[in-house]
Amino acid sequence: MTAPAVQGARTTPAAAQPSRRGGGRDRRRGHRVADLAGVGPPMLLFCLFIIVPMIVAMVLSFVRWNGLGTPHWAGGSNWAQFFRDPVARTSLVVTLKVVGLSYVVQTPISIALGLFIAGRQRYRAVYASLFVLPLLMSTAGISLMWESLLDPNFGALTSLAKSWHVAFLQQNWLGDPGLALYVLVAIIAWQFIPFHTLLYQVGRRQIPQVLYEAATLDGAGPAATFWRVTLPQLRYTMVTSGILMVVGSLTYFDIIYIMTDGGPGFTTRVLSLDMYDAAFLQDQYGYASVLAVLLGVLGIAVAVSLVRFTGFATMASQQEGAA
Amino acid sequence: MRRLRPGRLVAVLLGTVWLVIVLAPLYYMILASFRTQGTYLTSNPWVPSGGLSASSYSTVFHAGLGRYLVNSVTLTAACIVLTVTISLGAAFRIVRRSSRAVSASFVVMLFGLAIPIQAIIVPIYVLIYKMHLYDTLIALVLTLSAAAIPVSVLIMVSFVRDIPRELISAMLVDGGTEWTVFRQLIWPLSRPVLATLAIYNGLNVWNNFLLPLVLTQSSNVAVLPLGMTKLEGLYSINVPAVMAGVLVSVLPLLVLFVVMRRQVMSSLGGVVAR
Repeated sequence: MTAPAVQGARTTPAAAQPSRRGGGRDRRRGHRVADLAGVGPPMLLFCLFIIVPMIVAMVLSFVRWNGLGTPHWAGGSNWAQFFRDPVARTSLVVTLKVVGLSYVVQTPISIALGLFIAGRQRYRAVYASLFVLPLLMSTAGISLMWESLLDPNFGALTSLAKSWHVAFLQQNWLGDPGLALYVLVAIIAWQFIPFHTLLYQVGRRQIPQVLYEAATLDGAGPAATFWRVTLPQLRYTMVTSGILMVVGSLTYFDIIYIMTDGGPGFTTRVLSLDMYDAAFLQDQYGYASVLAVLLGVLGIAVAVSLVRFTGFATMASQQEGAA
Repeated sequence: MRRLRPGRLVAVLLGTVWLVIVLAPLYYMILASFRTQGTYLTSNPWVPSGGLSASSYSTVFHAGLGRYLVNSVTLTAACIVLTVTISLGAAFRIVRRSSRAVSASFVVMLFGLAIPIQAIIVPIYVLIYKMHLYDTLIALVLTLSAAAIPVSVLIMVSFVRDIPRELISAMLVDGGTEWTVFRQLIWPLSRPVLATLAIYNGLNVWNNFLLPLVLTQSSNVAVLPLGMTKLEGLYSINVPAVMAGVLVSVLPLLVLFVVMRRQVMSSLGGVVAR
């Protein structure tokens, strides 16, 4: 009666009452079976393919192993190799550049576009659905598309350069050591800005309209409203988006692997590429694991410090209150 | 009069500039895919003149794109079914808070949100190899599903938590078991969130590149992202064929997007924004 949606409601509560005490043990056993059936399979899968590999990666970083023979304890020599290796040092710098540039490029554009498509006008909904298109493409597809578009001989940009007589557009985009990294950062931005734009759209729509009405009453112009109302209210969205952006670009692999494979020279060689090479081309599983552990630790450290920095931890309680 | 505000004008202008940045490469790709190898080199890549043909599409299907397509569909469907069902079961138990072990498992799974797959790819490879699953679709199903569990469980928990407790107690009082509660209450009520997660995870699986790259090798288990790069290896000078391959691989997602645009957009933005 109280719950019309319940289909199994046949017996009345009064009738169920007597069996309750005796059913206690049954119920507890029922719980245990249900727990095992419910949490067991995902935990098994998750532990086997995520947790165990994580532990193994840490162990492997202290081991010398080529994947075939018996692994030998190597102490800290893999780690020492990392700190001696000049390639690793450049990779670290390139990686940090990718992270920093991605953040600086993607955040303001995403905020601007997110606010734009948060508007309720019909044409903005159309814009929004077109903005999303890159999210449907795989990184492999995006890489191949841009590769041919940027081709210095037959690419579409070169053809534009010729027909518009804009020499600037004719460059060896991916072959020029001074350019390649920036081109990659731009393509990564093309791929991920749509996602962050959606985050900011959702974030903007969650800001209570009352705040804007109050700001208007107080005589705030558009600029003041943006700096004093919109941006502070988007704080948590900025943290979420920032973490995803930083951790994502820290471990970024696909586009760089397909488009430049670290070249020209070592100008676009990032740590994840180093790791892939060490493991799957040079069979140095120990050293590759050092790089892997570093990537993981760096990612977690960035995420945690961003959370600490911005008092993100208080968000959970706030959202629960709002829900 | 509000329309004429300069701020709004600038916003529309910037939005339009970004729209061009998004659409121009896609337009170029579509046009290029309808060229032949010869006309691609001779004609203006931005103007649809000088003869268009669909021959590139038959070229790529002859080169095995159909196989990659079937593999991708199989893999994605398997991952969606596996992840979504087991995550919902777990979420139900976590919300019921029936034991400490369950709550502990939830914490462990949340921890997984912070582990990038790149950081554990080497041990995953070794493990799959030792399990004799290297170069099989099963290896991809297992690993990609495992990688999707943290997000899925988190989203499901926050959804199931909002199902009124009274409904569950009422069912139990009326003699229902945990299983009937799950089967007759949680499962039917969760349909919308299941759809959201299916789309979100499905997109990730469909487009994943690293795991197929590391865990498979032969063409008959290659999925689309990997297959496309194989095509490029085969036809590195045949740009129209490569573009046709890329377009065929986006087409299923594009159809999905056109059919259920609202749902897709809210899954993409909503899953994380929750």
